[in-house]
Amino acid sequence: MLKIRKREEPWKWGALVIFLGALLFSLAVSALLLWGQGKDALQGLNILWQGSFGHLWALEGALLKAIPLFLCSLGVAVAFRMQIWNIGAEGQFALGAIGATWMALSFPNMPAIVLMPLMFIMAFVLGGIWALIPAILRLKLRVNEIISTLMLNYIAILLLDYLVFGVWKDPTSFGFPMTPEFSPSAVISGIAGSKVHWGLAFCAVVGVGLWAFMSFTRLGFELKASGEGARVAKYAKIRYGMLVMLVMALSGGFAGWAGCIETSAVLNRLQPSLMVGYGYTAIVVAWLARLEPLNIAFASFLLAALRVGVENLQLELQIPAAFGTIMEGMILLTVLAGQFFLMYKLERKPRSQD
Amino acid sequence: MWEFLIPLFAATVQSGTPILYATLGEMMTEKGGVLNLGVEGIMAVSALAAFTTSMVTGSPWLGFFAGGGAGMLMAALHGFVCITCLGNQVVSGLALTILGVGVTNFLGVPYVGLPAPGFDAFDFPLLSQIPVIGDIFFQHDMLVYVSFVIPFIFWFFFRRTSFGLHVSATGEMPAAAAAAGLKPIRLRYFAVIAGGFLIGLGGAYLSLAYTHLWTNGLSGGRGWIAVALVIFAFWRPGRAVTGAYLFGGVMAFQLRLQAMGTNLPSSLLLMLPYILTILVLILSAARGRRIDAPAALGTNIEPEG
Repeated sequence: MLKIRKREEPWKWGALVIFLGALLFSLAVSALLLWGQGKDALQGLNILWQGSFGHLWALEGALLKAIPLFLCSLGVAVAFRMQIWNIGAEGQFALGAIGATWMALSFPNMPAIVLMPLMFIMAFVLGGIWALIPAILRLKLRVNEIISTLMLNYIAILLLDYLVFGVWKDPTSFGFPMTPEFSPSAVISGIAGSKVHWGLAFCAVVGVGLWAFMSFTRLGFELKASGEGARVAKYAKIRYGMLVMLVMALSGGFAGWAGCIETSAVLNRLQPSLMVGYGYTAIVVAWLARLEPLNIAFASFLLAALRVGVENLQLELQIPAAFGTIMEGMILLTVLAGQFFLMYKLERKPRSQD
Repeated sequence: MWEFLIPLFAATVQSGTPILYATLGEMMTEKGGVLNLGVEGIMAVSALAAFTTSMVTGSPWLGFFAGGGAGMLMAALHGFVCITCLGNQVVSGLALTILGVGVTNFLGVPYVGLPAPGFDAFDFPLLSQIPVIGDIFFQHDMLVYVSFVIPFIFWFFFRRTSFGLHVSATGEMPAAAAAAGLKPIRLRYFAVIAGGFLIGLGGAYLSLAYTHLWTNGLSGGRGWIAVALVIFAFWRPGRAVTGAYLFGGVMAFQLRLQAMGTNLPSSLLLMLPYILTILVLILSAARGRRIDAPAALGTNIEPEG
């Protein structure tokens, strides 16, 4: 018989061991899924690996996808730290893209040095507002923010549809729902001619900036303290309500930036194919990274690489793209289940007690 | 006027039915103290399980119960992560939704657009003859009639049986329940799995009776609406019925407006249920009945030792 014992001190390497274990377990189940589809599982895993890390183009693709994931996840994590469940990165991402497009379409002849900041500001503002609505509803009316942020995701995507199917539709697009292509000054260019664009540098700045803010400012300290909950925060004389609004505005703004960068650097126009679920994957990333900015950088790269690998699998073995979603869900569930071992350990029960 | 309203109300009952099953399922789960945010994913998986079972066996009833069974399995996974492994209930539910949506989009590909035997509407003997009421409530498929009975069973279970009382005790004060000699862990598993069964029936309704076919994204946010409705209903089955039909009404109305060819763009019409969900939450918060929530909702039971 086994007995559960609480650990006296935390398991030092536990988080890493659990993460790797979860990864292995999910890979094993994925191999089974491939086998169930009548494919060669080993060949499938090899294609997945080659498509994720095996080639330069794969790494480049992963870096590209990691950019929006990193920003969304950073935003989600800031909110989660305060125990605010912002599940709305997907919608805030859409609003950011809408904000950036709005500016790009309104002022096509402006020089990039003016237009680009305008796009980023509008993306932050709209993404932030989209996150402030649930924040205010929660503070004033105690409306559950999990559901309100989720509902706002659906609304945001429909709003995007409404715009690209109607108001902003390109008259020369032969009926396809998309806006006209952005003027060159509204496009973020690649770094030194590569596919990887300047959004990467932007991410680095935002990441370091957030880390510095959390580590060195009073507000950042208060934010960490309120992670213990509203009552502790009030005890420490922290303006909890104001902090919630600040955190949600930041959270939504970051996701908005991700939307802005993705539209401007990758698609160069607004279209529904923009919405590929980065906002939901960001939740997985944030949780796997235990809400730490540096870990988020690694985790978003890892899950971005997984997405590229799955695309490769889709091309070579005709595996549906949802394969990646299954793996994401499974990794997250296994990590959650594994966290049990951070707090407890199983011991063999001495026989004499029975 | 009546020739517009009566079909609208009848359609309201039909499109409210899957939401009703799911809401009661989530309510059951939460009564036991566990928050399950995987409803959307469970509905998707059970809709596919129901559809494929009905297609292979030719029996929609087997499909219906296969949907319930798939719901139980998914919910058991959530139960294992939260109850046994003490994982975070919010994140586990989200992961379950991600997993469930992924699984259906992965496994459902070959079934898109294929036919499967489903449930057809028939006039309920005698009751369908009642003017207005009969037209609205008793000219549906069998699963709608089943859904009329479940809220009463639900109410009876929690108000009149000791087992039901034990389940709500683990949702209120698991420690006290344990001290009184109950087994909170087992009771919670029961609530989660039984709730998953009901949610699964809601998913089965979508593919077997509501659409009669399989498409990706069939649940379309109904799972989340169900989670919101549990709050709106103050954890009471009677109000769950009101809430589900409210949403059924908006969905039916929105479809009718589109069919009538209004000038409003369809994307704006499609927003209505989601906007209504937020409004409904605001309304229930304004009534300030949060005390009705099971006191231990969302908290895990720590093992001793």
